[in-house]
Amino acid sequence: MRPEPTIDPRELARGVRARDKASIARALNLVEDRRPSARATVGALLGALREETRRDDAPRGARVGLTGPPGVGKSSLAAALARQLRRDGRSVGIVAIDPSSVKSGGALLGDRARMGFDPTDNSLFVRSLATGGEAGGLSWSTPAAVHVLGAAYDVVLVETTGVGQTETDVRHVADTVVLVIQPGSGDVLQFLKAGVMEIPDVLAVNKADHEELARRALADLRGALHSLSVVGASRELPLVATSASTGRGVEELVAAIDAHHAELASRLAEHRADGERAWTTHLFVRLHGEHGVTTLGGRAALLDAVRDELAKDGASAPTACAALSARFLSTMQA
Amino acid sequence: MSEPKRERPWIMRTYAGHSTARASNELYRTNLGKGQTGLSVAFDLPTQTGYDSDHPLARGEVGKVGVPVSHLGDMRTLFDGLPLERMNTSMTINATAPWLLALYVALAEERGENVAELRGTTQNDLVKEYLSRGTYVFAPEPSLKLTTDVVAYTVEKVPHWNPTNVCSYHLQEAGATPVQELAYALSTAIALLDSARARVPADIFPEVVGRISFFVNAGIRFVEELCKMRAFTVLWERICKERYGVTDEKLTRFRYGVQVNSLGLTEPQPENNIVRIVLEMLAVTLSKDARARAVQLPAWNEALGLPRPWDQQWSLRAQQILAFETDLLEHEDLFTGSVVVEREVKALADAAWAEVEEIERRGGVIRAVESGYLKQRLVESNAARLARIERGEQVVVGVNRFVESEPSPLVENLDEAILTVDPAVEAEQIAALNAWRKQRDASRVEAALRGLKDAASKGENVMPASIAAAHAGVTTGEWAAALREVFGEYRAPTGVAGASMPSATSDATRVQALRDTLTGLEARFGRRPKLLVGKPGLDGHSNGAEQIAIKARDVGFDVVYEGIRVTPEQLVASALEEGVHLIGLSILSGSHLVLALDVLDRLRAAGLDVPVVVGGIIPDADAKRLLAAGVARVYTPKDFELSRIMEDLVALVAERDAA
Ligand code: B12
Ligand SMILES: Nc1nc2c(ncn2[C@@H]2O[C@H](COP(=O)(O)OP(=O)(O)O)[C@@H](O)[C@H]2O)c(=O)[nH]1
Ligand SMILES: [Mg+2]
Repeated sequence: MRPEPTIDPRELARGVRARDKASIARALNLVEDRRPSARATVGALLGALREETRRDDAPRGARVGLTGPPGVGKSSLAAALARQLRRDGRSVGIVAIDPSSVKSGGALLGDRARMGFDPTDNSLFVRSLATGGEAGGLSWSTPAAVHVLGAAYDVVLVETTGVGQTETDVRHVADTVVLVIQPGSGDVLQFLKAGVMEIPDVLAVNKADHEELARRALADLRGALHSLSVVGASRELPLVATSASTGRGVEELVAAIDAHHAELASRLAEHRADGERAWTTHLFVRLHGEHGVTTLGGRAALLDAVRDELAKDGASAPTACAALSARFLSTMQA
Repeated sequence: MSEPKRERPWIMRTYAGHSTARASNELYRTNLGKGQTGLSVAFDLPTQTGYDSDHPLARGEVGKVGVPVSHLGDMRTLFDGLPLERMNTSMTINATAPWLLALYVALAEERGENVAELRGTTQNDLVKEYLSRGTYVFAPEPSLKLTTDVVAYTVEKVPHWNPTNVCSYHLQEAGATPVQELAYALSTAIALLDSARARVPADIFPEVVGRISFFVNAGIRFVEELCKMRAFTVLWERICKERYGVTDEKLTRFRYGVQVNSLGLTEPQPENNIVRIVLEMLAVTLSKDARARAVQLPAWNEALGLPRPWDQQWSLRAQQILAFETDLLEHEDLFTGSVVVEREVKALADAAWAEVEEIERRGGVIRAVESGYLKQRLVESNAARLARIERGEQVVVGVNRFVESEPSPLVENLDEAILTVDPAVEAEQIAALNAWRKQRDASRVEAALRGLKDAASKGENVMPASIAAAHAGVTTGEWAAALREVFGEYRAPTGVAGASMPSATSDATRVQALRDTLTGLEARFGRRPKLLVGKPGLDGHSNGAEQIAIKARDVGFDVVYEGIRVTPEQLVASALEEGVHLIGLSILSGSHLVLALDVLDRLRAAGLDVPVVVGGIIPDADAKRLLAAGVARVYTPKDFELSRIMEDLVALVAERDAA
């Protein structure tokens, strides 16, 4: 095998932070690496990124999740959002996730086809990831990829596969979840009402260039959202009609996302810490299963342990998970 | 026997144009001298996609696959000495159809010819551009509006013009089955007429119905194809009568021109193609009741590269022999009352009608384009076709059966068996374009472009403003840029993401072995091998890229595919950002040297050490140059076994890693 170039996590983190595309690409290759041998380096990289980010006083990386059924225009809307954000002078990283084939393990990563960005723009980066058999509309490496892009760019957009009705994982990697639907898709609403689908932070009705349909859909939705508040939404859900094709409503969508982010500001750190804990737990359960959980004393004990590990200096989900793994293995041997 | 009263033969055309307006004009004169009865203009890709010859995207494409027409001056030269009133000119032009027609009309006006007497066709069907041909610019909605502008203008001002040619030809070239060809084309015509009905006065609408003509394909299964043509006539009449209430038989007749199938023409034993071409021609000429109005034939060397005048002459002679030597044109319809033909026609018509209704349920053809439904169906049909050939279920003589051959004298010198365009024409054309820009009145140009944008944004017919712009000296790139400002630019669905593969049978073990190898490589690399399939340049031939992409996913690659018309710069950016292990370029337009070498240079400059393979119509000599420049492998149509290509690609990824 050709010798792998040795990676200095700190240097790589500096490259990412400086928005050097080659470094960012290398960092993403690294966090996608599933070999046990890569875990320590990934952990070190994420730790280093966190430190780099902390040192800098301009916080970056508002994380926006785009979810919704295939074909509603998530990729197109991500592209439109990115253009708008670039016009506003903000840099953008995009993670687009597509499903892997169960039969072959391969995937067709087609979201990029909708984007067509200026290749010389240094403040825009798109990475496609395959779910690799992971349930929930995200890939195994999504949280880490979001960390990498979040360290480099002002806004990170995460496009989920949109399959499956419960795309709850996106909540853990995103600060703001935008559910994209299209006119005439009444079932989405049913899912929301029935509580099958989590309530998003912003609702975008895309393809509003189909005027007549869009008008009707908006009216329907307004009515239905009203009854949603009965189900338990604590606030009014912002509803934006967009057209990724004409650009209509895209500014409003950015404004709605920004407004949600501003509102979240006081709770942002806690929200992200929650996400980090969920990710660590997920990694651990993935490695050791329910047996691992029991060995460490059950769910509540595991959560406490996760919290403690993450509080350590330079910790990240992979390093925390590694520490817990070590504890699990030593318990087993004892 | 009845008195042998011969029918008039169909119009015989040769699809032609290359290098410059001057060179193409000479070609047209020679072709007319050989007894060809109509002109069929092939434009180069920049002209088709609305770019001037000096646009960065035009690099390597100027004058390649057709003639560049950038302004009225080029139009003058192209038709020098050819009286427009007496020509029947078919223009294969779509996104920029309003503009090329405007130039043609402006030329007639300038020469004092009678515009009302002009005869010919603008292809002007955008639906098949999204589904197959690839030279669209705007989104479906504004495109339909522009198409309708041409219809509305010509019915009034150029009554003998065929403003649009609804195309099923290109659908078959993208893999469509006969049923799909019928259904998608008829659904397109419906969208068009629905749109026109809202735009033209009710009393002339029947005339509009009567002006709709079709451009269809005829494949090698010529009995089925013959029946398909008869099914077309039946269904079209039904649509005219039932949907539009038009009953005048003159107006409901299914009028069509043909180019016979090229997708099935082979690179190995290319001399066999002339036989295929002749058989395919029978499908559209034998039935008097469903005979083509115009026929153009590809040449025997179709899969090798562009045809030379002699190659096209051979095909023209085939038409002339059928029309003038045989007794075909002395008879009534040969198949009326044939039990077999009637049964087949009904079966095709019924199946097609069901699909027309399905498209209607999906909101019509425009919605079905936007949602990717139609494109995905075509990709699937094409995959099924390739799989049948690979497994030997569909025989292709010289390719998967009877492959042994004497050396063919026709291809003794393969690299000279095609037409090559002198790369110097690009610079020549650009110089002429600059001279043109200098001599015109800049303020008139500006005013004309303002008028055009104004008309477009107000939803008015763009034809009058376009004709004014033609007279003012506006260029093709300027005309299209003005409309791009108003309507934006569109990227069509690629159809690959949702496309399912035909369930493999005989190559199942090969596929499984590939999957196992890739899973092994994933374990070794830590992530799954990732392939970038790229289509650099203006080339719209997407079949190969699509089939490679879905096959690669099927054997286990993660595949990034961005669709057609991506610049080398974008491809290199994608390769970097996506962290791919391998890049596969697909180039069929003849610009492979410029484009592939550009990609290699940029990869080097970006410090990316990723192997690159190239596939497409690539003459041997060029393949050698590409390999010498660092391309890892070159594939051409003779490499029809996708599984074998995949084995190569997997080996390439593995080998790199082992190096
Ligand atoms: C089908 C076809 C079309 C279809 C394309 C439909 C589509 N969406 O793809 C339609 C009808 C739309 C079309 C239009 C035109 N066509 Co055309 N077309 C062909 C044709 C007949 C077959 C190509 C094809 O699809 N083959 C089937 C696929 C599966 O095979 P393939 O692409 O060769 O791929 C195989 C290998 O090459 C290889 N491969 C290819 N790419 C890749 C990539 C990778 C990564 C790998 C590993 C392998 C690989 O593997 C594949 C499997 O075997 C060829 C002639 C021929 N018989 O080859 C002409 C041809 C390519 N067309 C030609 C021309 C000129 C045109 C036009 C430009 C004409 C014009 N002036 O308007 C237009 C415009 C198209 C555009 N926008 O660019 C010329 C190009 C001339 C040249 N190179 O010098 C050809 C060669 C015909 C000719 N002799 O004149 N065309
Ligand atoms: N008319 C219209 N079509 C759209 C719009 N947004 C996306 N599309 C089309 O919808 C299809 C699916 O879009 P895509 O972004 O790939 O959807 P995704 O699967 O949710 O990522 C494509 O054909 C787009 O061109 C829109 O706002 N208006
Ligand atoms: Mg998408």
